[in-house]
Amino acid sequence: MKERSVTNKDLIHIFSGFKSEEGNLIPILQRVQEKRGYISEEAIKRISRFLKISENQIFGVASFYSQFRFDAPGRNSIKVCLGTACHVRGGQILCEAVERELDISPGQTTKDKRFDLERVACLGCCALAPVIQINDDIYSRMTVIRLKEILDKYE
Amino acid sequence: MNSYQKKRKEAQKKWNLLKASKIPVIYLGTASCGRAAGAMEVLKSVQKTLKENRLKAKIVQVGCIGPCYLEPLMDIRLPSRPRISYANVNPEKATRIIESYLIKGDPLLQFAVGHFGDENVEFTNGVPAFFDLPMLKPQVRVVLRNCGFIDPEEIDHYLANEGYAGIMQAFSKLPQEVIAEVGEAGIRGRGGAGFPTYKKWEICRNSPGESKYLICNADEGDPGAFMNRSLIEGDPHSVLEGMLIAAYAIGASHGYIYIRAEYPLAIARLKKAITQMKDYGFLGKNIQNSRFNFDITIREGAGAFVCGEETALIASIEGKRGMPKSRPPFPAVAGLFGMPTIINNVETLGTLPNILRNGASWYKGYGTRGNHGTKTFSLVGKVRRSGLVEVPLGMTLRKIIFDIGGGTRKPFKAVQTGGPSGGCLSEEFLDTPVDYESLDAAGSIMGSGGLIVMDEDTCVVDVAHYFLDFTQKESCGKCSPCRVGSRHMVEILERIIKGQGQADDLTKLQTLGETVKRGSLCGLGQTAPNPVLTTLRYFRPEYLLHVTEKHCPSAVCRELIEYRVIPEKCTGCQRCVSVCPTGAITGPRAEPHNLDPSKCIKCRACYEICRFDAIAGDAIIIRSKRRSSDEQAK
Repeated sequence: MKERSVTNKDLIHIFSGFKSEEGNLIPILQRVQEKRGYISEEAIKRISRFLKISENQIFGVASFYSQFRFDAPGRNSIKVCLGTACHVRGGQILCEAVERELDISPGQTTKDKRFDLERVACLGCCALAPVIQINDDIYSRMTVIRLKEILDKYE
Repeated sequence: MNSYQKKRKEAQKKWNLLKASKIPVIYLGTASCGRAAGAMEVLKSVQKTLKENRLKAKIVQVGCIGPCYLEPLMDIRLPSRPRISYANVNPEKATRIIESYLIKGDPLLQFAVGHFGDENVEFTNGVPAFFDLPMLKPQVRVVLRNCGFIDPEEIDHYLANEGYAGIMQAFSKLPQEVIAEVGEAGIRGRGGAGFPTYKKWEICRNSPGESKYLICNADEGDPGAFMNRSLIEGDPHSVLEGMLIAAYAIGASHGYIYIRAEYPLAIARLKKAITQMKDYGFLGKNIQNSRFNFDITIREGAGAFVCGEETALIASIEGKRGMPKSRPPFPAVAGLFGMPTIINNVETLGTLPNILRNGASWYKGYGTRGNHGTKTFSLVGKVRRSGLVEVPLGMTLRKIIFDIGGGTRKPFKAVQTGGPSGGCLSEEFLDTPVDYESLDAAGSIMGSGGLIVMDEDTCVVDVAHYFLDFTQKESCGKCSPCRVGSRHMVEILERIIKGQGQADDLTKLQTLGETVKRGSLCGLGQTAPNPVLTTLRYFRPEYLLHVTEKHCPSAVCRELIEYRVIPEKCTGCQRCVSVCPTGAITGPRAEPHNLDPSKCIKCRACYEICRFDAIAGDAIIIRSKRRSSDEQAK
């Protein structure tokens, strides 16, 4: 995902698709994150003005859900699946191998912004466990030794 | 002829043209699971091969037909020949098969796994019918009937296969009659709890409210379950038609689909299907001249397991933190925005068109008394043939795991039903029929349909810790039994798997588990201790080994195992030396290597390379520390 600064225009465009109702908070947060990759303080302020609900409440809702992040993501996003099937087939060991290789913990971004890392509960490809997802690519039946070669494909 | 009949006739024409296609038809399973296995690369290769050889063929992208272990699947049908299915296809294999079959007429049957249809069966000599394969034969496809056969992005394919005939049947009846029919069929909620669908509907229908809502719960959060995703990706219209039927029965004018954001393909297919429904007059005002109005909004879940719980899901749609409320009032009386609301699971909705079309007595022909119909399961873990299956209720676990799933490679140990909320059942329960009551009695639950099979290499204590750690992290924090209790349980389990368990830990776990179960506000907390309680009940000796002897018999728990080189087997190839991230393995070429346990971080890299590289020789093993010390003592 490329870093883009969220402009007023972006937000106005997003808001134009919604009515000013509390029920639209989550879809709006999702669109903002889609556009920019994360929810900035500035975005929360503007959403607060648009929906007429407090910034606290918005942050409370956004931080409840694991989808939302509050700092900029890396150029490539790695998701390591730790669903049941992946766990049984060594997902945790795989996740640690990624952490070691990139020197970050889940939820963090590498210093050069090349990768960010997330653990997810299930990507729904359990029969092909263990799996990792990098951007939109899914790698199935993963092993620790294949990892480096796959990571090298991403700039 | 009304507009429905006209549309259907046109759709049938289109479908028959495809069936009697004068050019070859190539079917590719490109649902998420197929894509994970490489179906999109196969698709590209198919397109390229056709172009390079100037061959004409129609490519149809279909949903998942079930046997994920055969993915990616590519089927080819030549005019007046049966459709032949090729498994585990890669780009090169696809090219080879197409060039051989489409140009030279040789179907390369050695790569075929099965055929469909009865045209020229002798032609397929030796290749079994696809549905006679051991994994498919015991199955009954009701909900999944279209998956793998129709193009999910073509409403005409659905229409031609009796699509929307169920809602047309419903429109010819009064809403109360539809509820009665569904009651007679006896279908119970497929989301897990098993509450009779018609009862919920009746309560909602009879509750006053200026508007009513129908919500399709597609927040399939159980790790290890993908039934709903597969159904939506393979046959989205069946779920949407089910929503129309439910909405008509309860008198709802607006529907929501609450679906995990982690399912982008399913969301895209739903969006496309909804647009098609509008074009064909199945959504909006006065649907098919029935005076019934209905619209659907898609809401993407933002990643919170607890939102599978009805009241939490409602809070989430209202734009709040997804925290459950105490009941009553039940959502059927006062739900979304305070109005009567029905929440039905994807599979329940997907079944409804079949019930309306074929009648209650047909549906009752499947399953057992009190547990009518079929249920889909995702059969995963250490089972030979993994994938999505649909069976009549009442089939035994043994039949599902061994006949359909082909059993395990190493000896069977346990099966977890119902995901993190369910229980872990031992071998003695294999003859338990899979129905709501029997699983309940065994201390587990039906749940949404995840079946995770474990063999002797799986440590049940580790699995119990895994599940509880998952639910504990997903606890919304509202009630203390769940928030605090599950945290303490996880801490005790962590001690045990690290070899620091204390003598009274098992009693503490038991008491805490029962308290969390009884005292929690919602289904998440009430079921969270199940994996721990069932493993304590059925696998106590394994817990005791961890606590008293600091021994993990399955060699899984990290602190209790070690990696070793077997000198007699080691060829000294140095592959492991090169992958070891900490320099724990040393040794000159062609001589047995040394592994320094103090440097080893147990990352598995050496173990894997020692097995997958031809010149290495299975020389690195993982085993329990206690076993090693036992041998030294001898």
